[in-house]
Amino acid sequence: MLSIENLHVNVGDKPILKGLNLQIKAGEVHAIMGPNGAGKSTLSHVLSGKSGYTVTAGNVTYQGENLLDLEPDERARKGVFLAFQYPVEIPGVSNIYLMKAALNAIRKHKGLPEVDAMDFLTLVKDKVKLLEMDEKFLYRSVNEGFSGGEKKRNEILQAAILEPSLCILDETDSGLDIDALKVVAAGVNSLRAEDRSFLMITHYQRLLDYIKPDIVHVLADGKIVKSGGPELALELEAKGYRWVEEQVA
Amino acid sequence: MSTSAQEIDNLISQKYKEGFVTELEVDTFPPGLDEEVIAKLSAIKGEPEFMLDYRLKAFRHWQTMTEPNWAQLNITPIDYQSISYYSAPKKDSDKPQSLDEIDPELLETYKKLGIPLDEQERLAGVAVDAVFDSVSVATTFKGKLKDAGVIFCPISEALQEHPELVKQYLGTVVPSGDNFFAALNAAVFTDGSFVYIPKGVRCPMELSTYFRINAANTGQFERTLIIADEDSHVSYLEGCTAPMRDENQLHAAVVELVVMDNAEIKYSTVQNWYPGDENGVGGIYNFVTKRAECRGANSKVSWTQVETGSAITWKYPSCVLLGDNSIGEFYSVALTNNLQQADTGTKMIHVGKNTRSTIIAKGISAGRSQNTYRGLVKVGKAAIGARNYTQCDSLLVGDKCGAHTFPYVEVKQPSAQVEHEATTSKISEDQLFFCQQRGLSAEDAVSMIVNGFCKSVFKELPMEFAVEAQALLGISLEGSVG
Repeated sequence: MLSIENLHVNVGDKPILKGLNLQIKAGEVHAIMGPNGAGKSTLSHVLSGKSGYTVTAGNVTYQGENLLDLEPDERARKGVFLAFQYPVEIPGVSNIYLMKAALNAIRKHKGLPEVDAMDFLTLVKDKVKLLEMDEKFLYRSVNEGFSGGEKKRNEILQAAILEPSLCILDETDSGLDIDALKVVAAGVNSLRAEDRSFLMITHYQRLLDYIKPDIVHVLADGKIVKSGGPELALELEAKGYRWVEEQVA
Repeated sequence: MSTSAQEIDNLISQKYKEGFVTELEVDTFPPGLDEEVIAKLSAIKGEPEFMLDYRLKAFRHWQTMTEPNWAQLNITPIDYQSISYYSAPKKDSDKPQSLDEIDPELLETYKKLGIPLDEQERLAGVAVDAVFDSVSVATTFKGKLKDAGVIFCPISEALQEHPELVKQYLGTVVPSGDNFFAALNAAVFTDGSFVYIPKGVRCPMELSTYFRINAANTGQFERTLIIADEDSHVSYLEGCTAPMRDENQLHAAVVELVVMDNAEIKYSTVQNWYPGDENGVGGIYNFVTKRAECRGANSKVSWTQVETGSAITWKYPSCVLLGDNSIGEFYSVALTNNLQQADTGTKMIHVGKNTRSTIIAKGISAGRSQNTYRGLVKVGKAAIGARNYTQCDSLLVGDKCGAHTFPYVEVKQPSAQVEHEATTSKISEDQLFFCQQRGLSAEDAVSMIVNGFCKSVFKELPMEFAVEAQALLGISLEGSVG
């Protein structure tokens, strides 16, 4: 699904990622943990194509294609989805309008006919129930006046509708209380599929109690310094990041 | 990546989609303006005596006036003697009575513009009075309107058929000496629309006129006069496009609305004239005087405009609220791209008691354009209980454009309430990236964000115009990603 080899990324002159390697197979759920400033968000931004980052070395291959050659919207249409850490507000654009436009852009890319308003409404209402959201959110402006938890649920709602192949969750757990976390996790778990991979970026083990990863990586100083099974997350939680950094050093 | 400044510049170069020239034999006056030209113009149109007097009086006054220069606009000087003041498709003096009689090439022109008259005729609810250059060539739905007692015809025809009505109202809202361009229009206007809604009549359909400018070097000076008599209601739609031209074309229209007791006029405009190319060459000068007088108690006027075209847009659709409890509304979207300039807004003049006005103005600047909102809210001594609410928001696309806001407020009545809110924002890279990450192209994303920004104005437009306006914003913004 995704293969990252020796990825070096600068912001301005400052190196952030310094030779990152990561392989994600179809259907796998990977968690990336790490201290602040390790480069976690940089990784999610570079994979999704945000501007402001310079790739100085390395390759990223997604479904056999050089991902870095693609515009952000091309990546999205090919199934790369980023659940934002800080979802933006778009005044005057209703949530349902954005989601329908996005789904149809993706369907068009796949050569499928556009969904009409009625079919879309049926689809979206099912997904809204799944995330225990109020239907009125569909008609409000995108993220405008949403609480932190509502914004995060809204991101997962969009993932559920767009059905991406690679779903990157950037600190989706931050700002969620325990009830909201459970709902969001249930939403993510319902999306798990053989042909869909997840890259979860998080500070805390907490999220991993609800979404069981196949592999846990520790990102420190721009590199993956340790990888293991779910038990690694527990160990990290107990011993702190310094433990890993010391081990590596 | 896609949102870099370089790409923004590369992308801001959308070609004008309505650009083409119809080859028609044109009966055109040589350039120049004097009393003889005006007399000839009046004679060609077979106008009543009072009209010639009106024109000549306006012309003489115009000659004593100078062009105003207070707007935030950079205008290449206009040589009024190099303009031709009359141009009409070559026809016998008889006007076509049906589409069959209309020059097929002209019909083709409308088709290119997406206004196929033969289809529009069948479109329920919309009557079309199409102005091609200076002579109206087709009028539809006349019978239905006639049954309701509504008069909707070219103003030249109204001068023949209903001279007393024209004489009674023409120039009473915008006097011939009102301003430089209004005086010029009064002297040389060739055609336009006339609407009279009798007492107690609700116009059975929305009225629509499409204006076009075609022949080179022909200034077009429309004159529109709409009278809503007591207890009547009308919704009037005006939409414009023009073919590509290198020369600047002056367009100085005058629109007068008269609203009597308990009557309402809703006037909607979508303006998409040729804006000039990306280097600012060519494009229409759109200097328009639009004013409504709410003469009656409880009367209401609502101006809605979507201005995306023209090299320079300079207009302030205004409401004079004379009648007690009368209401004036102004909803505006003005979009400028490349080197376009706009200085637009409104004037709300509160004279009567408990008069109310609402102003919602949305300015979008892209490319290297300059977009100015200028508005006046004036509350006179007698306007007890007058209220105004003004909201003007500016949206910047890219970092080379400008947005300016000049709200003027003059209040002489202490009980008046005047509120003003203003915001300036920029389409953020985060918003764009978010939309792109959901699969939308950068252009679609900008279009969607801008349409969201304009939503509170678009909802005031009649349905078919709202759709057109959204499409127009998309076209006008294509490429202006920032």
